[in-house]
Amino acid sequence: MSRLIALLSALAFAVVLDGTASAQRPPTIAAAANLNFALTEIAGQFKADRGMSVEVVFGASGTLTRQIQDGAPFELFLAADEEFPNQLTKAGLTRDAGIVYATGRLAIFAPNGSPLTVDERLNGLARLIKSGKSGRFAIANPDVAPYGKAAEAVLKKRGLWDAIRPQLVLGDTIAQAAQFATTGNATGGLIAYSLVLGPGFAERGKYALIPESDHPPLRQRMVLLKRAGATARQFYTYLQGETARSILRRHGYGVPQ
Amino acid sequence: MDWTALRVSLWLGAGTIAILLPCGIWFGRLLAVHQFRGKVLVEALVTVPLVLPPTVLGFYLLVLFGARSPLGQAFQSLAGQTLPFSFEGLLLASAIANIPFVVQPIQRGFEAIPSDVRDAAACCGLTPWQRFARIEVPLAWPGILTAAILTFAHTLGEFGVVLMVGGNLPGETRTLSVAIYDRMQAFDDRSAGIMAATLLAIAVVTLMLTTTLSRRVGLRRG
Repeated sequence: MSRLIALLSALAFAVVLDGTASAQRPPTIAAAANLNFALTEIAGQFKADRGMSVEVVFGASGTLTRQIQDGAPFELFLAADEEFPNQLTKAGLTRDAGIVYATGRLAIFAPNGSPLTVDERLNGLARLIKSGKSGRFAIANPDVAPYGKAAEAVLKKRGLWDAIRPQLVLGDTIAQAAQFATTGNATGGLIAYSLVLGPGFAERGKYALIPESDHPPLRQRMVLLKRAGATARQFYTYLQGETARSILRRHGYGVPQ
Repeated sequence: MDWTALRVSLWLGAGTIAILLPCGIWFGRLLAVHQFRGKVLVEALVTVPLVLPPTVLGFYLLVLFGARSPLGQAFQSLAGQTLPFSFEGLLLASAIANIPFVVQPIQRGFEAIPSDVRDAAACCGLTPWQRFARIEVPLAWPGILTAAILTFAHTLGEFGVVLMVGGNLPGETRTLSVAIYDRMQAFDDRSAGIMAATLLAIAVVTLMLTTTLSRRVGLRRG
């Protein structure tokens, strides 16, 4: 019995120590899920160039915004739109209004073996819906993921929104929507072009790029948060440099002049 | 394999046991030995985290301790950080979620001790503390061990509360179960698969342990 008590108090003590030792960690950065491949590559390059590391946590922009408002210890936030970071700026949680670092694109994706044919005007999707065999169609949750909102706008513009609504399966993030669409759990989906260009996607199915004019532009803004330290600030600058910009371009983003 | 996440999970499991087991032994024994008015209500309250969706607990923790609540702001000025999105906050959430897993097996363990054993010990002149430490705890031991193992296993498997209150921060609140979700979302099925298999193995071993233990308790009772 006394041995057990000693063991447990040692454990409790170690847990406390463990918590205090963590103060020296690299800064944590919150990023929209569409940046999964691009930002991982940029962070790796940043480490190679500058010898500093950052921890990136991916999620839906809305979810991350909520977490920042609730006190999550992020130092930099890369959103998928401008609305969410602007909300944080208005709430006084950021250093300044930040900057637009990229413009995102949407793509329609159909996994191998899916009856869906992909084209930029969604004619194949319209035919499939008419045939009544459309199955599930994946987009990100429009409430928390800007790419989901853009997908909604595209489907509305093509007059397919009401017909497809009962068939929609909503991913928490655009990455989850992409997962539904690529693993064959849905007949297809509207997902981030940057994810479609990621490793392993090309052999999983076919895609078509959606014209930028079909949805409000996905202008992606980043903001330094109040607690940002030196490393986070340097990474913020690095993201605006030519190295990061060329990586973003290669991942299908438009970058501001 | 995300070793940092495994470490966070193991610390969370151990920390939850360290917090809950002493309280659980005290409270489980209280429920086993004493009869009092409102006991049914107390027992229901103890069991409630078992049937409550993790989102309910997550919601209350965020609303009560978030940076926008007065309580959360007070805590922040004291500790320098908010309770949600920290390991300590996760520990609190985990402790609350695991109350039934600790109290119930321990209560059953103490209930299994016949009251004449307790009386005999008193007749032999043992003080209440001696009776408790030398007679009751060794007899209720399988229940206590079951409680510890169940709590550990359940903490390792906890997902909803961790994601909601913890926010997936590496080295702080990203447990193994959240890391699997995170890797899936990053299209890294291989890592997710390895971690899922690890958790599955831990869960099976744990349940085998509890079954063996509870069988021993049953034998003793019969």
